[in-house]
Amino acid sequence: MWAYLVRRIVQAIFILFIITMLCFILTRLSSDPMAQYANKPGITAEDRERIAKNLGLDKPLPVQYVRWLGLALQGDLGNSFFSKQPVIEMIKQRLPLTLKLMITAEIFIILVSVVLGLVAAVKQYSFVDNLITTLSFIGFSMPIFFIALGCIMLFAVKFKQWGLPYLPTGADIWDPKDPIELIRHMVMPVFCLVAIQTAGYSRFLRTSILEVLGLDYIRTARAKGLTERVTLYKHAFRNAILPFVTIIGLDIPFLMGGALVTESVFTWPGMGRLFWEYAQRGDYPVVLGVLLLTSSGVVFFTIIVDLLYTVVDPRIRLG
Amino acid sequence: MTETSEFAKSSTSVGSIDEERKAPLTPSQLIWRRFRKHRMAVVGGIGAVLLIIFIIGGSIIYPEARANETDLKARLSPPSETHWFGTDSVGRDVFIRIIYGGQISLFIGILAVTVSVSLGTLIGGIAAYYGGWVDSLLMRFTEAMLAIPSLFLLIVLAKFIGREVGQVVILGRTFSGSIGIVILVIGLTSWMYLARIVRASVLSIKELDYISASRALGASDTRIFFRHLVPNTLGPIIVSSTLGLAGAILTEAYVSFLGLGVQQPTSTWGNMMQQAQSFLTRGAWWMWVFPSTFIVFIILSVNLLGDGLRDAFDPRSSRHL
Repeated sequence: MWAYLVRRIVQAIFILFIITMLCFILTRLSSDPMAQYANKPGITAEDRERIAKNLGLDKPLPVQYVRWLGLALQGDLGNSFFSKQPVIEMIKQRLPLTLKLMITAEIFIILVSVVLGLVAAVKQYSFVDNLITTLSFIGFSMPIFFIALGCIMLFAVKFKQWGLPYLPTGADIWDPKDPIELIRHMVMPVFCLVAIQTAGYSRFLRTSILEVLGLDYIRTARAKGLTERVTLYKHAFRNAILPFVTIIGLDIPFLMGGALVTESVFTWPGMGRLFWEYAQRGDYPVVLGVLLLTSSGVVFFTIIVDLLYTVVDPRIRLG
Repeated sequence: MTETSEFAKSSTSVGSIDEERKAPLTPSQLIWRRFRKHRMAVVGGIGAVLLIIFIIGGSIIYPEARANETDLKARLSPPSETHWFGTDSVGRDVFIRIIYGGQISLFIGILAVTVSVSLGTLIGGIAAYYGGWVDSLLMRFTEAMLAIPSLFLLIVLAKFIGREVGQVVILGRTFSGSIGIVILVIGLTSWMYLARIVRASVLSIKELDYISASRALGASDTRIFFRHLVPNTLGPIIVSSTLGLAGAILTEAYVSFLGLGVQQPTSTWGNMMQQAQSFLTRGAWWMWVFPSTFIVFIILSVNLLGDGLRDAFDPRSSRHL
């Protein structure tokens, strides 16, 4: 057990090393951070040289990488080139808002997909099952901006025209601290995320319930005269939910990264939009900061999920 | 994680079991049989074929020049008899742009899947076959790629290899060079799952006796790898290329939506939707509805097809026959 844990942590550190190196090379070389000073009047060549030196951009790339990594390990992700704020502060502002949106969405996604998956499995090949299956496949095949733009068109633009109570498009300025405003702005993005994400989860759960229902111990349970209800919820569901819990567990750290497209369409001030806005400007300290935070979350969370899994399912032994 | 097939109810009759006993079927016959009985998959297959006929047939009827023909007097006009799907902001016919855009979207999808399948097979195969530190290194790299949220990775890579590119001429037609970049970006960010599948599959095969036998006969590593290991992992490769095609077309739409995709005047379904976004509030619903319907339709068809293939290639699902 301990040997396993140590090995996993060593692997995780190695993976993070690869991630940071990969991201550093890709982001650092994709745009020139000095480009913003290139054509500004009043900034001479010497000024540019001085700025580059202050930012450490005159050193060779490996030196820059080691310097960035060293500071990052101490919790200093550098300053944004554009907003001049420390990256860590910017993330601290955005992360709670992203988590509010994503956790709300995730709760609804889990609830809806458990209900749909259960119904579809129990009523296998019925009309309801076929309907759920068809809808899941459509949801699975749809880009999220398709449904997001449709929602804005209908619930924000058209409802306003028709004089009905309408939802905000997100284009207006609003205060995230006001709970009513927050909920009003959350309805559409949450709805879109649920509509798209539920598809995969419910289909997955349906499959694993059906697999468990075909096992011998379920036949035994039925044979000894247990009601269908007890068989289903006490025997089948508990085992079928295990793989489902794993995929949810593995998806949870990705919530930190937010939903880039949804946040952009609904102008939700979260991590995804932070990343997108600063990636467009080539502001690499911000981009690297967001990448480092989300991917290290993913890497360490995977280990935790694996460990927790041995608690939930005692048949699994780590070695 | 076997997908339970859709046809189990109709095919558990005793008759079909007797039939199977009569004549032993070859593996490929069994696969075809399982696939045929998967109703949704057949529907998906037919849908995909119809779409291909549409985009190829359409380009025979309408010359390519008409897809880029601008008519400023008829800009943003709703669907009519002359313009079936209406016109866009510079008066180009949406119907004809969908035909040509579909060709590009499919072309990007197929080439991107080729890139990702080749990479995935090669990396997964090499990792499993050589084992040891090669395996560790390649798998850690795969895990590293998987730990970065996919859209973040896509954007970072698109920014890295994306730059100003001119036009390219393929088969006498002119395209924006950004097509190549989009293909590379999608291909380089989608090989990881396949690499893991191929690795697992090769790991289980490489200990089998026939591999030792061919090694004893003096076959080289390359020969064993390409002649014996890769063909035996073909099932999962075919399935994930089909599902990967749907994924690649969807990714193209996302990349274009973010403005990192194929540049105008070359149209793709993705960049048509991106263009439509700014005219949506002005009521130009046709610019948005038609390309997105086609995107959803093709992805849905290919996904259904892939789902059917997965059941057909999975011998465990034969209990339903």
